[in-house]
Amino acid sequence: MTTHFIAHETIDTVGVVVVEKVLAGQEISGWIMETDETVSIKALAEVPLGHKLALTDIKTEDTIVKYGNDIGRAVEDIPKGGYVHVQNVKTKRW
Amino acid sequence: MEKWANSFYGFRRENGRVGVRNHVVILPVDDISNAAAEMVGHNIKGTLAIPHSYGRLQFGADLDLFFSTIIGTGRNPNVAAVIVIGIEPGWTKRVVDGIAATGKPVTGFSIEGRGDIATVAEASRKAQEYVQWATELQREQCSLSDLWISVKCGESDTTSGLGSNPTVGNLMDKLDPLGVHLCFGETSELTGAEQVCATRAANDEAKTKFLKTWNDYNDFILENKTNDLSESQPTKGNIAGGLTTIEEKAFGNLQKIGHETNFIDVLEPAEEPTKGPGLYFMDTSSAAAECVTLQAAAGFTVHLFPTGQGNVIGNPIEPVIKLSANPKTAATMGEHIDLDVSGILKRELNLDQAGDELINITVRTANGRHTCAESLGHREFVMTKLFRSA
Repeated sequence: MTTHFIAHETIDTVGVVVVEKVLAGQEISGWIMETDETVSIKALAEVPLGHKLALTDIKTEDTIVKYGNDIGRAVEDIPKGGYVHVQNVKTKRW
Repeated sequence: MEKWANSFYGFRRENGRVGVRNHVVILPVDDISNAAAEMVGHNIKGTLAIPHSYGRLQFGADLDLFFSTIIGTGRNPNVAAVIVIGIEPGWTKRVVDGIAATGKPVTGFSIEGRGDIATVAEASRKAQEYVQWATELQREQCSLSDLWISVKCGESDTTSGLGSNPTVGNLMDKLDPLGVHLCFGETSELTGAEQVCATRAANDEAKTKFLKTWNDYNDFILENKTNDLSESQPTKGNIAGGLTTIEEKAFGNLQKIGHETNFIDVLEPAEEPTKGPGLYFMDTSSAAAECVTLQAAAGFTVHLFPTGQGNVIGNPIEPVIKLSANPKTAATMGEHIDLDVSGILKRELNLDQAGDELINITVRTANGRHTCAESLGHREFVMTKLFRSA
């Protein structure tokens, strides 16, 4: 079975697409490295290789979690399966 | 059968250190001596001139870093012998004396009072003698503990954090117990993961030193920034590869030090480690050529460079081994990638296997196999400049 995306830890709120791309409306499956479990979600947008999609509904100002850690904040609401990148997430540092 | 060789063949130098290359370097002290150094490089085949942009009117800490970088480059055990050429005899002698302390052959020449042509003629005769001597040196069997390995990633993307960086981390966890010297850097690129990184210090002194180093660098960025550094850190290439914030990049970066390896000391830029085998953190810029130049100047002899989007960097004296977990990069830029670990993303290759493959290619490179960057002529030598010259 194809692994469309990978997440590092169970508490991560984003996963990384590891196929050429996933399409809007596509049912996709992902691998959680920490626990070796497989999960399925529906992609809501086209997301290319290496880019992220939301694994849960994310609200504005929510912390984005990857590697089990804080990697920034959402600047708009992102639905589960939505495309997560510089248009809706910013650094908390600089 | 062992999963990887437990020894390699290298050049044991006068001071006991082991080189994996056997360069005769023509080292200009300053920018205006580049022309003479390059002429000697053309005259005598088998030499390697390393031109650069600095060495005049620097002062204070910036001058100290200049000398440690230029002298460290000559001292590196991948270098068999050195010709130093400067405009005047004072700083030329300072560089020669710093290199001569290793016991390797080194001679200095200065240009003032006789001009480029006479200087080049004399330096060329000495360079010929050095090449003929160095080419008779033989490799001998050495323990893996004689390897000094530095790491730095570049044009990273999310596949770096998923595949190529953890592969380097796996190698570190396997080689650290064998007594290999290891080094990571990229101070600014740990921003967001600095507290997690600090927990990887082997002792309180290293932890305190690391956090002070990171804070100083972060203060410098905060003082000089004009925006949120988007497109600088992360770079435009990072963003194209899916990395969104510096924090995300930092956690991916940190995968390079594995899970069990702790750093025993924090080094100044280009500082030679003195606390024995183990992992060192060096305060460096996150720009690839600057970082590798500093690590080579500190005496590291093989470099591991994971890339996502395809950074093409090399170094004149330290072979740079590139690995990528990005299947597109491995397919479209194959001539730059020494090890393709994209199988990790397809779950066809696990980290343990990828780490073994990386150790194998590292040993083969140490034995003499040219890296992609060496075969393509990548010799980026970039000194870190701390501030304006006087």
